[in-house]
Amino acid sequence: MRNPLPALGPAPLSRCRAVGVLPLLAFAVVAVLALPLVFVGMQAAQAGWAEAGRLFSRPLVGTLVWHTVELTAAVTSACVVIGFGAAYLLERTDLPGRRWWMVLLALPLAVPEFVRGYSWVSLFPAVHGYWGAVLVMTCSLYPLVFLPVAATLRGRHTAAEEVSRSLGHGPWFTMWRVTLPLCRPALTGGALLVSLYLLGEYGAFAMLRYTTFATAIYTEFQLGFDAASASLLALVLVGLALLLLGLDAATGRRGRIAVTGRAGNGSRLARLGRWRIAALAGLIGVVGISLGVPCYALGYWLIKGSSTTLPSASVFGATLTTLGYAFAAALVSTVAAVPVALYAWRRDTRLARAAERAAYVTRALPGIAVALSVVFFAIRYAQPLYQQPPLLVAGYVILYFPLALTAIRGALAQVPPGVEEVARSLGTRPTAVLLRVTLPLIRPGLGAALAMVALTASTELTATLLLRPTGTDTLATRFWAYTSGLAYGAAAPYAALMTAMSVPSVLLLTRRTLGADHRVETS
Amino acid sequence: MKVLAADFEKRTGVKVNLRSGDEAELANQILQEGSASPADVFYAENPPALSVLDEKGLLAPVAADTLKAVPASDSSANGDWVGVSARAAAFVATSGTPADTAPPASVLDLAKPEWKGRLGIAPSETDFAPVVTRVIHSAGADAAKAWLLGLKANAKVYNSNEDLSAAVNSGEVQGGVIDHYYWFRLRDEKGAGDTHSVLHYFTKGDPGALVDVSGAGILKSSKHQQAAQALLAYLDSTPAQQLIASSQSYEYPLVAGVQGRSGLVALGTVGTVADATQLGDGKQALQLLQDTGLLQ
Repeated sequence: MRNPLPALGPAPLSRCRAVGVLPLLAFAVVAVLALPLVFVGMQAAQAGWAEAGRLFSRPLVGTLVWHTVELTAAVTSACVVIGFGAAYLLERTDLPGRRWWMVLLALPLAVPEFVRGYSWVSLFPAVHGYWGAVLVMTCSLYPLVFLPVAATLRGRHTAAEEVSRSLGHGPWFTMWRVTLPLCRPALTGGALLVSLYLLGEYGAFAMLRYTTFATAIYTEFQLGFDAASASLLALVLVGLALLLLGLDAATGRRGRIAVTGRAGNGSRLARLGRWRIAALAGLIGVVGISLGVPCYALGYWLIKGSSTTLPSASVFGATLTTLGYAFAAALVSTVAAVPVALYAWRRDTRLARAAERAAYVTRALPGIAVALSVVFFAIRYAQPLYQQPPLLVAGYVILYFPLALTAIRGALAQVPPGVEEVARSLGTRPTAVLLRVTLPLIRPGLGAALAMVALTASTELTATLLLRPTGTDTLATRFWAYTSGLAYGAAAPYAALMTAMSVPSVLLLTRRTLGADHRVETS
Repeated sequence: MKVLAADFEKRTGVKVNLRSGDEAELANQILQEGSASPADVFYAENPPALSVLDEKGLLAPVAADTLKAVPASDSSANGDWVGVSARAAAFVATSGTPADTAPPASVLDLAKPEWKGRLGIAPSETDFAPVVTRVIHSAGADAAKAWLLGLKANAKVYNSNEDLSAAVNSGEVQGGVIDHYYWFRLRDEKGAGDTHSVLHYFTKGDPGALVDVSGAGILKSSKHQQAAQALLAYLDSTPAQQLIASSQSYEYPLVAGVQGRSGLVALGTVGTVADATQLGDGKQALQLLQDTGLLQ
């Protein structure tokens, strides 16, 4: 808990002002993010009790909820284990080639979801059902845990671990009782992203022939053209999301430890010794499976598909468009996430924490519901913007905001409490404190937020098809146009480009999480 | 459609802004847009997507001359949308397997126990529901339900017709119900050497021997009614139908006198056009698919 510092000099006045603006901004951002929830609520209200009775009395509703819960639990646990394990090996042991592993382990985030799903299904027809879904989703989502944890470990020196070792505790005990608790905010943040994503996910599961609750929602949209029934079902996902956020609240907050200082030369790394081979084999396995399979499938289509042609000039246009939208969305998401994260961090009140959590709920809705809600509100209240570039950016921001928030939240958790108050007590104005003290401290988090949103937004399809300006093509829509005509050879260059294009983002992302140099050392 | 739009622009000077997407998602989008929709024309692969807009009163009547260009059964009964092209439901079988050497005469046969473990279906595709609707109308709802339960016991469920076509080609399952053009498109992509599947048609008159049309309608809210009517008239003109017939899509043209692509079996011999009124918005089929658990 942070104690309010005695106010000195000009501080009281400026503090009052800051208190007023920040919550206002934070609540405005959360209100926009909650629009899809309002839409779903409005639509669901139109369905009526009779329809609700029909929908929820169907024999498979219980089974589907169970499928969703069981899958979410398994994939999230697997992602936590892999994400923490890999980050620990890279940041706390003498594993060779750590820099390269960092990039390779982050890259699966850059493989478009539909490429991944299709590559597994076409190369390994046996991969399907529950275990298939667990495997494929774990492979694609573990970086969401790995990256924040690696960033946390990189940002903290090993003093606590060294103390533990000096007290005679073994390396396993130290990892379990010291390193793991240090990572708790990053771990729970990543786990939250993974599990919320799984609630609303549909496409990959459809390909893997595994039905979850989101499947039922899509059926109502796709075959019933029935937004009301679909929304009624989506409320169940909202309920599950609230449960998950409650869990996060129960586990995440206790880990607010601000041990700072960078992992400099003084850090002692655990020696792997004879475990080195096992550790390397494990990492090779993770990278080989999660990156190798989609790359192999892409190569196969490029070579074997008879529709493969050299992509026309349009591919450059599509690449530029994709980059433009992805970075615009990344920038807006990051800028919008700062006040929300900052408000919850500065004011550790129930209200502030609730606002921060509310920003996550929308993430559990299926993409089609989010896209339609943007259609619904834009055509009524922002007609001139309808199907204009800003609207597509807004769609991406609503979809991917939680990624930015998590990255910034993780970075803020490492800033020692009281830093801002100290700066202010010295007479610095609040804006200057923000620009010169707080933001520089969370720069790695800002970089991670930008890169994570840009990466995921560059492969988005559902919202893109509905919200893009007429005539605009991104790499994802070109890829879709070809694959829906079964021309995988022609589609492959676009998917390959999407993945290749993401490499710079991943490099930036890993450089940012590596880049602990601008941390302020406190002692 | 891109080629058609370009040709229409060249002929009339009317600029066409094309938005392509999944037909169900686009229909949902127009439903949310309501009367404020910026769309002029909606062109969909299957009648239910058009029917659902028609039910909400969002479509304007199509000009009588355009409706006359194609057989009356290919358009909606009230003339609110017009048929443009057609495709036939068919049975695809892995070459040389029993499914190929003794293909089913009727889609109803596929519910029999002898098909257990050999069959694939893609019930979430918008193309599958019309087959179910036809079974409901020819055999009754109870029999249709029993048939679907039989299919459920026999078949592996695929996400899309594309996946199903590929699975039959690779021998993962012996046979499946798809629209004819998926087979032709896969053959083009794989090449003849890598094509290990054969297309069979159900006996004419069978509920599975279904010809389904794609169609286009005009939004009532469109501010370009005249140009929209001109586009629909163009789609059912001989030059446009020839473009459809010669394209890689392998769809059947609807206008009399325009020949389909070589290699296609004559449409008249494979089946009858599904009655659009009978197909409706497909809700009954959907409910049955959900009740039997083939869809969730």
